[in-house]
Amino acid sequence: MKAGTPHPNPLPSGEREPSAREAGEGQAIVELHDVHQAFGHVEVLKGITFSVQKGGVVCIIGPSGSGKSTLLRCINGLVPIRSGSIRVADFEVHKLATDREKIALRKEVSMVFQQYNLFPHKTALDNVMMAPIHVLNEPRDEVRERALALLAKVGLASKRDAYPGELSGGQQQRVAIARSLAMRPEVMLFDEVTAALDPETVKEVLNTIRQLAREGMTCILVTHEMRFARELADEVLFTDGGTIVESGRPAELFDRPQKERTRAFLSQVL
Amino acid sequence: MKPAQASVLPVLLPVRAREAARSLRLSGGHGVALVAVFVLACGVAQAQAQPGAPSILETIWKWTPLLARGFVFNLAISFLAMAIGTLAGLFLGYAQISHLPPVAKTAKVLTHFFRNAPWLVLLFYCMFLLPFQVTILGLTIPIPDWTKATFGLALPVMANVSEIVRGAIQSIPTTQWEAAASLAFNRRQTMWMIIFPQCIKRMLPPWMNLYSILTMATVLASIVGVNEMMTLTQRALSAENRPGLLLAFYSYVLLWFFVYCYPIARWTVRLEARYAVNQ
Repeated sequence: MKAGTPHPNPLPSGEREPSAREAGEGQAIVELHDVHQAFGHVEVLKGITFSVQKGGVVCIIGPSGSGKSTLLRCINGLVPIRSGSIRVADFEVHKLATDREKIALRKEVSMVFQQYNLFPHKTALDNVMMAPIHVLNEPRDEVRERALALLAKVGLASKRDAYPGELSGGQQQRVAIARSLAMRPEVMLFDEVTAALDPETVKEVLNTIRQLAREGMTCILVTHEMRFARELADEVLFTDGGTIVESGRPAELFDRPQKERTRAFLSQVL
Repeated sequence: MKPAQASVLPVLLPVRAREAARSLRLSGGHGVALVAVFVLACGVAQAQAQPGAPSILETIWKWTPLLARGFVFNLAISFLAMAIGTLAGLFLGYAQISHLPPVAKTAKVLTHFFRNAPWLVLLFYCMFLLPFQVTILGLTIPIPDWTKATFGLALPVMANVSEIVRGAIQSIPTTQWEAAASLAFNRRQTMWMIIFPQCIKRMLPPWMNLYSILTMATVLASIVGVNEMMTLTQRALSAENRPGLLLAFYSYVLLWFFVYCYPIARWTVRLEARYAVNQ
């Protein structure tokens, strides 16, 4: 299930075969066109097309099992796609075949997970510092300074020497966000980052993301926080059964959903 | 545990899994039993002794320096076999999860072969298949029997370590791999910086267990004629030529091994309990 043919050119590759949509909007940094993905015979994504402008915030909502998380994993190349195309900045994600090519992409696209996935044998500060030092080969002192600033930014300067096991879920998630930010990515992917948290700590994490979005970070969020999506998103996508049922500006989608399925879903969760 | 009586409502009892595991390990009770056997054996031997013969304890004491030297040899074999086996096992275990099918397959076959082959058979193979000397560039290097025995014991250790490594690596949640991948770590970096350090904790208790087993297995080398404690005990017995000494001497040897392995077993149990809480 290798997507596309391996491309001989080293990365980053120049732009090629621009789609009609890109020509119309120009600034899109993430662009998916007719993406299909299946696990065995189970079709997970059945033709997903959308794009995200640089600095834009897109929220993906929808019932469990509608392929939201898989979609995010396709964007940073964790999961290969069957057909269609994904472009992130200058990377044709569906054409990346080798690990080296995927690593180049992942330096630009960071992901935050529902279960935080911090490295339990490293302190909060080390978790943040590891990737810039060993992946980007940046000088330790510089990285340390930046990591401390990032921990301060997510409100955890005092916890820098704590191990993940000693932190609450919300604190771990904020360290995970700092860890992703330390890579200075172009795009951040958030995979239901508040789903495992209790209502009080959800707020701390959402505040952190809100701040990021306002600073102009391109964010794609899979979320169940409808109010948050409404407040922050430039565009909301409602997915069900592997397709985008409806998309639009949050005010339109939440207040005047056009499709019956969207209405049914929103009436359940709002 | 007694079965609940009919009138008592069923209750969810606290989990007692740890206790079941511990009961298979060496315990202080085993030590007491061993000492009891030793004392009993000495008593019986003393009762059978001909008048005028030196007392049993005196005889054992007389041979102790020699036996101790043999025991040191056992330990040396165990250290070396463990070191060689662990080093080889680390590579073999890592090869087992390789993404290259031929490498993974070969490593699996090797692991399962050496893990399931009887230790004694492997030992004999090494004794009789390895040359007693090798000539490299005109230089003749003798291979003494104990080296061959060490190598023979290192083989099953290697296979067991290989399985310990594989199991530990695969017990780390795949989400750790995902997180590392999304931070642009490559596979080797992920393995050495993120996965493997987390494995060490999980590997330590089974590895120490394996060491205990290996230490006790070093006496197998006596069958192929290495001068370790068991061989020396047999020599001492034939020199004394008193059948009554048999049980006393062998239980004495057992005591030595118990004294050495018991602390390791206790430590393993403690480590296991500690890591079980942490994870």
